[in-house]
Amino acid sequence: MKRFRWDAAVGLLGLALLLVGSYLGLFEAPAERHMGDVQRIMYVHVPTAWNAMLVLTAAFIFAIASVWTGKPKWDAVMTGATEAGVVMGALLIAQGMIWARPTWGIWWDWDVRLTTTLIMVILYAGILVLRSFVEDSDRRATWSAVAVIIGYVDVPLVYFCVRWWRSLHQIQSTPETVSSAMIVPLRINSFAILFIAIWFVAQRARLELARRRAEEVAPPPRRDRRQAEETNP
Amino acid sequence: MSAFGQIATLVRKDLLLEWRGRARTLSVVLFGIITLLLFSFATGPDTLALRQGAAGFLVLALLLSSTLALSEGFRVEHENHALEGLLLAPVVPGALFYGKAISNTLFLILLAPILTPVAVVLYAVEVGPGAFFGTIGLWALAAAGLSAPGTLFAAMTSRVRSQDVLLPVLLFPLVVPVLFASVKAIALTLSGDPMGQLASWTQLLVGFDVIYWVLCGVLFRFVVEEGV
Repeated sequence: MKRFRWDAAVGLLGLALLLVGSYLGLFEAPAERHMGDVQRIMYVHVPTAWNAMLVLTAAFIFAIASVWTGKPKWDAVMTGATEAGVVMGALLIAQGMIWARPTWGIWWDWDVRLTTTLIMVILYAGILVLRSFVEDSDRRATWSAVAVIIGYVDVPLVYFCVRWWRSLHQIQSTPETVSSAMIVPLRINSFAILFIAIWFVAQRARLELARRRAEEVAPPPRRDRRQAEETNP
Repeated sequence: MSAFGQIATLVRKDLLLEWRGRARTLSVVLFGIITLLLFSFATGPDTLALRQGAAGFLVLALLLSSTLALSEGFRVEHENHALEGLLLAPVVPGALFYGKAISNTLFLILLAPILTPVAVVLYAVEVGPGAFFGTIGLWALAAAGLSAPGTLFAAMTSRVRSQDVLLPVLLFPLVVPVLFASVKAIALTLSGDPMGQLASWTQLLVGFDVIYWVLCGVLFRFVVEEGV
């Protein structure tokens, strides 16, 4: 019999909440006065943005723990959080483009928020590429953790850029500036995407630990520079 | 030997190596000039467009040249296991980082007095002595902002396959704030600053320099300790 996993329950709860939140956002919440139904993408766009920031912050904390302790579990959750951050960042950009086309009349603008978000996604995707090139598991863990820590310098820039520079993208809203009928689906979807992200990170961390164990049993052939030099001096 | 003494010795060693084997310096300078030429080909013979884009082209030439210089700087340390020798000397990892980062910064700063006049001529930019030296100063700040994370990433990527691809993939997105601030500041220096924005862009550039130099200096120890 398959063992019950807590993260699967959290993920399923997230999916159920996403259905409820999306139903409320699409059918119960009022249409925005100026943008009309196009604005309803906000019910997934804003929660995706919040959670992308959250998982990348978690990746930063896990990276510090990984460098500090050298324990594989921190590397595994850091990898999961980084991958979740990249996926959510890519979704964020796609959702923003779908919204921008009918609202701004263009798919893309070199606005500071859009540009910094795109750079953040490319930066973290680059860290995942680095992982795929390093075959020694301890070295891979340390190097990617170091890159995640430095890369986090760009994350506050994404959040605060709309306040620091003039931007086409609006600044952060507060509950005082949003109708209560809109806040409920927004909050439900925020928790829904958070739970799905936790599920994703936990699944990915488990896979990463399994991969590490498999490498310890049967290490892949090392093809880095040092070995190449030692083999062919 | 104190940490400062170690840094000074390492900088001296790197500069001496550069001086004795001038082929790398020459190739990086030529690469920078070719890059400036290519930007003018891509923009076309529109003098106004070239002049407006001059600051951006200069900083991009610095960025592209830096990847050549940075990866080569660590490649030589892996030949004959020189890096292990340095760490066993013993050199403190922090001193090794700052020694390498300072010599990389100095090397990139040396490109400025060569590439800036080339850009001035190619892009028909009118500059006085003040703007010229201001550009060199901002170039130095940009070079420092590239060198710190560049040195750290080069220490990693010089030991893996496809190092030439990996270094730009990691470095370029990270240093975008440095590039953005330096392009804006150099453009304001070259074309005038009627709104008084130069100071804020320069402060942003200095801010990122400080963050990268401190953070990379702290983290370098983990990179070299993990299987030199």
